[in-house]
Amino acid sequence: MNGEKIIFLLVALFTLVSALRVVTTGNLVHAALWLIATLFGVAVIFALLNAGFLAVVQVVVYIGAIAILFIFAVMLTRKDMRDQGPQLNKNWWFGALLAVVTFGGLFFLLQGWSGLSKTAADFPSGFDAVNELGIALTSPAAYVLPFEVASVLLVAALVGAVYVAFNRK
Amino acid sequence: MVPLSWYLIFSAALFSIGLFGVLSRRNAVAILLGIELMLNAVNVNLAAFWRYGDVADIAGQVFAIIVFAVAAAEVSVGLALVISVYRRRNTVIADEIDLMKW
Repeated sequence: MNGEKIIFLLVALFTLVSALRVVTTGNLVHAALWLIATLFGVAVIFALLNAGFLAVVQVVVYIGAIAILFIFAVMLTRKDMRDQGPQLNKNWWFGALLAVVTFGGLFFLLQGWSGLSKTAADFPSGFDAVNELGIALTSPAAYVLPFEVASVLLVAALVGAVYVAFNRK
Repeated sequence: MVPLSWYLIFSAALFSIGLFGVLSRRNAVAILLGIELMLNAVNVNLAAFWRYGDVADIAGQVFAIIVFAVAAAEVSVGLALVISVYRRRNTVIADEIDLMKW
């Protein structure tokens, strides 16, 4: 049991507990704040995986933009849901059963897979993951087309969100 | 070094928690919170397979970035829809948004 494993276990435990709070807590503002804790935990997991760029993007985009958007949405719509009535619908036991079955099924599938106990090789000398990622995202031989399509998708989502939420009165 | 299985089991657990949130919450905003958890679990998987596979093949990280972009688009449109519905029908409870149900 070395340091990296201990850090991983602590972060994973923190993240899963926060995720459970996200789906069970009654106050939605608290749920959004627990979501921020979960996203931070996942950012640390990315850092443990040597994916530094993903960790930074996780903090900037998810916590900086998406979580704040959630908090604004909760504040704009919270009149009727606070401390009133159940937060879970009447079929919540079915959802819980399905989630447990999904986890059990994935766990069972992973048990039978030979690559499971694989450990990561060290980076080749002189390998810069961020540099490689930048080249891959802008190279016509690699992923420039999905990259551009993603930017078009973001513009469409921006225009769509403004149009849908616009108050005409 | 942490074995690959730990990351995969962690992400399976995170995905299942998100699935429970999506299936069980009544509030539409809380359902979107569950979807975010599921997308994050997928991203952990992509990054783990990149790290434990061939690191020179950067596809895992590229896919994760595309997932980030799609998640941002999805959540902005989803929350705009929730706010629009709230403005017209004064509810965010998914069971009560049944205008298209017959």
